[in-house]
Amino acid sequence: MKQGVWRRWSAISIVATGAIVLTSGCGSKYFVLHPAGPVGEKELHVILWSAVLTLLVIVPVLMLLAWIVWRYRDRPNNKAKYTPEWSESRLLEIVWWGIPIVIIGILGVYTGKVTFALTQPPEKDAKPLTVYVTSLDWKWLFQYPGQKIATVNYLNIPTGVPINFELTSDAPMNSFWVPSLGGQEYTMPGMATRLWLEADKPGTYYGHGANFTGSGFADMSFHVKAESPAQFNAWVKSVRASAHPLTTAGYKQLRKPSTVGDLTFSSFPPNLFNNTVWAEGGRYMQNSMPSMSSTVSTLGKNRGLTNHSN
Amino acid sequence: MSEALKHFADTYLMWNEGYLIWISDILIVLASIGIVAALTYFKKWKWLWRNWLTTVDHKKIGIMYLLAALLMFFRGGVDALLLRTQLAQPGEHFLSAEHYDQIFTTHGTIMILFMAMPFLFALFNIVVPLQIGARDVAFPYLNAISFWLFFFGAMIFNLSFVFGGSPDAGWTSYPPLTELGFDSGPGENYYLIGVQISGIGSMATGINFIATILKLRAPGMKLMRMPLFTWSTLASCIVIIFAFPALAIALALLTLDRIIGTDFFTMYHGGDPMMFINLFWVWGHPEVYIVVLPAFGVYSEVVATFTRKRIFGYSSMVASLMLIAVISYFVWAHHFFTMGAGADVNTFFAVASMMVGIPTGVKVFNWLFTMFRGRIRTTLPMLWTLGFIPNFAIGGATGIMLAAAPGDYQYHNSYFLIAHFHQMLIGGVVNGMLAGMYYWWPKMFGFTLNERLGKWAFWIFNIGFYICFMPQYALGFEGMQRRMYTYPTDMGWGSLNFVSTIGAYLMGIGFLFIVWQVLYSLRHMEKDTTGDPWDARTLEWSLPSPAPHYNFAVIPTISDRDVWWEAKEHHHTSDLLPKVDQIEDVHMPKNSARPFLLGLSFFVAGFGVIFNWYVLAFVGLAGIAACLIARALEDEEEYVLPAEEIVATEQSLGRV
Repeated sequence: MKQGVWRRWSAISIVATGAIVLTSGCGSKYFVLHPAGPVGEKELHVILWSAVLTLLVIVPVLMLLAWIVWRYRDRPNNKAKYTPEWSESRLLEIVWWGIPIVIIGILGVYTGKVTFALTQPPEKDAKPLTVYVTSLDWKWLFQYPGQKIATVNYLNIPTGVPINFELTSDAPMNSFWVPSLGGQEYTMPGMATRLWLEADKPGTYYGHGANFTGSGFADMSFHVKAESPAQFNAWVKSVRASAHPLTTAGYKQLRKPSTVGDLTFSSFPPNLFNNTVWAEGGRYMQNSMPSMSSTVSTLGKNRGLTNHSN
Repeated sequence: MSEALKHFADTYLMWNEGYLIWISDILIVLASIGIVAALTYFKKWKWLWRNWLTTVDHKKIGIMYLLAALLMFFRGGVDALLLRTQLAQPGEHFLSAEHYDQIFTTHGTIMILFMAMPFLFALFNIVVPLQIGARDVAFPYLNAISFWLFFFGAMIFNLSFVFGGSPDAGWTSYPPLTELGFDSGPGENYYLIGVQISGIGSMATGINFIATILKLRAPGMKLMRMPLFTWSTLASCIVIIFAFPALAIALALLTLDRIIGTDFFTMYHGGDPMMFINLFWVWGHPEVYIVVLPAFGVYSEVVATFTRKRIFGYSSMVASLMLIAVISYFVWAHHFFTMGAGADVNTFFAVASMMVGIPTGVKVFNWLFTMFRGRIRTTLPMLWTLGFIPNFAIGGATGIMLAAAPGDYQYHNSYFLIAHFHQMLIGGVVNGMLAGMYYWWPKMFGFTLNERLGKWAFWIFNIGFYICFMPQYALGFEGMQRRMYTYPTDMGWGSLNFVSTIGAYLMGIGFLFIVWQVLYSLRHMEKDTTGDPWDARTLEWSLPSPAPHYNFAVIPTISDRDVWWEAKEHHHTSDLLPKVDQIEDVHMPKNSARPFLLGLSFFVAGFGVIFNWYVLAFVGLAGIAACLIARALEDEEEYVLPAEEIVATEQSLGRV
């Protein structure tokens, strides 16, 4: 009797939770499930495939569990078979060692393929745009080396163009994440990492630091505005014409722990990003980024450093 | 004078930080007064010292571990409720960013190192010697040292909240955030020293139980006749002795960075913060297997007992335990797929991590087929085990999803990850430890716990779990990061967070039911006079509950895997009872105050290091040296328990 009540209550609460999760879901705020670019899409495919493949195992397990517990419960008049000594079956063992091995084989190969693909630009034909990202306490500095402008806590990008984000930090390690566009990458002091992203649809996308950096961490959000290449170029022009430059002194000020709003700069000190990475002998992660080697060697030459590969 | 006092109160006692500190201070003072008063009133000081603080008996050490684990469960749980209260709605100001950061750091550290670890050490201690037919562990004195190092490490860590400030950089303590330049207070030192001290104890426990299991088994108990809980202890201890040194090194180097200014993990001067992160997870990932393997062992014992059936696929179960132990060393980099290591490295660690799913999946199927064609009794240990399986299936599935590196780029450091590891650590480890506690409770204390209250606890805690953590998977897809102390309204995360907080409170209520259950059962005791209240299968149930302090009057000879079950089936349980003419004098280890004093010395030394008070540190180190020298000069560490006394005890228990 009591158990019946309990079961009903637990059923109600589980259904209620599910309903809340689902009804509040399926909107566009489920960034990861509604990617706005090819990188996020590839990652979503991995997410969905891994979910489907694991469901192949866990759904039968859960059904089997429910059935077994009901069928073999210890009741005096339970007529189900009882075989207390039965404890070995080679066939069954082969089945449940085998099935997971097959599933993980499939998922492993697919995972490897996508992991390698994501180190390449999402589109081969379009000329990529490079953005240098520096995480600071507690703000984001974005530099456009091609356009020679810089922004803080927001960035504009053209749609349909692969963006080559080169990432570092001049503060504790953070992680650069724009869930609508794709997965994240750490920003680490003394190192540079690369992340390819691309927006196919115009829109404003939420971004946030994903690795804890102290008391101002919750304020480290930024937004990415994707617009047509023409609009992007117009924006660059207007920034160059109207904003103030970021000076070396200005950067030193910016570097101090604080939270700020959106800022726009018409220029930045030359080599600021490289100097940040190489301050007191930073190192590029050469092995991992074959396509970055050109940048690395230029950097080495520029700084007269040749000796810093690990 | 008053200025100096105010300075002290603000700097060390942090009285300027508000009511959370004041409440904690008041509670600590009241609890201390209460304990001292009770001990004095009931004249229990001597009893405390003789029977507990100086004991080397594995059963008593196990009980002290259990008590400590439950207390830390409470502390870590209160931390969790404070966090969830702060996150219940957007823009909440219940906690400041600084307090929130401290509390999530202490929550994580306490739950892993000062709740899960002592909980499993409690079960190792209480169960393993009884299961393999031993009179104690291989090194009882070292065992006591392990406990007191854990205890004083935990004390130091817990003190931080009210004296000088808690660590606030997460339980993972990544540099350079934890270097002096960004984190100058004593908080991070508390973390480094507290975890280091208890970690030394953990390594010693690992060594101790490997030696115990390999060398002290009763005659006839071949490795492949060992109960699966003992196997899981062996697997877990092997992982401990290979993994914990990496943590010890990482913590020691970071400590050097902070106290004498080296540059191992600093941002500049050639320091490499990623090296810490690698070392940390070289320990950190095996650590989760250290805590979950013994839980697997508990489930195996519980499932076999409460279905009255042999465990299905015993050899496969042993193989999968060992396989998990080995694979656990090849997966650590999945904690930082987003570090920018190459696709080759990420693919290797992704596939290795997925492979953990194979042996764990096998275990689940073996548990299911143990129940298949059995007779399932839904007692409390079995309920927690049944509750574990769906948790582990869902958590395992999300684990495989996380292991797929490109997917992880999106889940990393989001609430999806938080939901996943809580499902594994609560659904996997806490369920297992509680199942183990209920299962062996009568063996520890000689009475069973009230079933009705226990069922309330089980249902409230488990329903609370799903309400708390299922929404967090969704929050991850909505882009919510972990460790944000608050979030803006316009993100739309409010409703799911609110639901999650309700779930957390339900879990808290579930825990209170367990406390009520224990207190109720102490008053209305259902004594276990048989020694075998569950109709169980393994050797420990052939002993009276609780077992006499020498465990076995005569070490039995083992002829079967489920030796007690077989004896009952074939009506020769008397083979496992002692015969008067076989009972001989027994050498037992002597109690010693030194393990306690050694722990205390570590505490003093650690405290000195934390605040850079080197005189104090030196006093502590001198204490450590004195304890070690005294031990080295000791001649008689054992005493003889005469046969007559054993015979008398066994007669009073009706066993001879």
